[in-house]
Amino acid sequence: MVSWTPPAEGAAEEVWNWLAAVKDPEIPVLTIADLGILRQVTMDGDHCVVTITPTYSGCPAMNTIEQDVLSVLAEHNVEATVETLLDPPWTTDWMSEDGRRKLEAYGIAPPAETSASKRAIWGEDPTVCCPRCKSESTRKVSEFGSTACKALYQCQDCQEPFDYFKCI
Amino acid sequence: MAASTHPIFEYALALGDDALVLGQRIAEWCSNGPYLEEDIALSNVALDYIGRARMLLSYAGEAEGQGRNEDQLAFTRDCRDFRNLLIYELPRGDFGFTMARQLAVDAFEVPFFEALTRSSDRTLAGIAGKALKESRYHLRHSSGWVIRLGAGTDESHRRMQDGLDQVWGYTPELFQMDAAEAALAESGVAVDRAELRQQWESTLDEVLKQATLGRPADDWQIDGGRRGVHTEHLGHLLSELQFMQRAYPGLEW
Repeated sequence: MVSWTPPAEGAAEEVWNWLAAVKDPEIPVLTIADLGILRQVTMDGDHCVVTITPTYSGCPAMNTIEQDVLSVLAEHNVEATVETLLDPPWTTDWMSEDGRRKLEAYGIAPPAETSASKRAIWGEDPTVCCPRCKSESTRKVSEFGSTACKALYQCQDCQEPFDYFKCI
Repeated sequence: MAASTHPIFEYALALGDDALVLGQRIAEWCSNGPYLEEDIALSNVALDYIGRARMLLSYAGEAEGQGRNEDQLAFTRDCRDFRNLLIYELPRGDFGFTMARQLAVDAFEVPFFEALTRSSDRTLAGIAGKALKESRYHLRHSSGWVIRLGAGTDESHRRMQDGLDQVWGYTPELFQMDAAEAALAESGVAVDRAELRQQWESTLDEVLKQATLGRPADDWQIDGGRRGVHTEHLGHLLSELQFMQRAYPGLEW
């Protein structure tokens, strides 16, 4: 379930499809479309306006993503500006099903529930499955992981330490 | 402070300074954390604050309309021009103090940003929407540590209680508003801080109970940050934060 509609026709659709292939610099198995970071593409004559949204306020990948978007468009000789939109705030609910599958195959457990669940944010922890052996017997090692969007877990069965994509 | 008295500038600047100064403080734990995972956790929290500071200060610069961007606001103002509350600038102390301060701040910021998402100012509401999600995570982190350490060994209990006692007199300032902020609250832009007190107290009471820690007496309090009257610690913090831009004005990389 996503809250935006990719453009359905014309130049904007073409641009969207180019940008949908831009990889997240920190989780290169996902694209910015999979993550829901790419929000909107509009054309104003020949000028293209691309709207992206940050996952976290201090996400250091945002500058890189902006540069990557501009360089893809420059390759296609499209003049563009990138705008950052904060509202509505990014949520893991925008991650595509395809993105969730790719994440798990890459060894990162996808968000375990929707952000609407109060439990996801406050109180007890959700059940997180080990991306390696699928065991549900896992424990949280730290609320924060190698990037702002992840927490650190360990599987109690196969002992594999792994990243869990936090649900926000 | 410059001649500017634009109320949105003042408000965004004050909130931006809160975030910048605490982000810098927490970042001091980077490579000094008690163990690797906690080092990473604190650096993540610091990054959230610095991200907020960037959004708030850049919005302050826009509201001011005199061409100052977030870097100029962060790196070229002196102590007396900083508007952060004192609790945000206190030295990091030991891990117990850092977590006591963080609990007090997180328990405040969750209801604060929740209320700010309903601001009539859409930019502030948007920033609050992001900050709220982060602060909920920060509160899970800090309250978890306060409970673990408070209900831990005699030594960890003692140090956790010391940290709480030391930060307590700086917490009343979280709920103070000057006339300008009160007017902004009246017009639906700012949050009425006094209204958050009850929720803050009930969060604190719940955590302290589980942590077997005593709630300190309300017999002292210090304020002044919003008027630019700071502790001696802010200057030292700024000397590190601002060094590059002071030594090489306008430096970019």
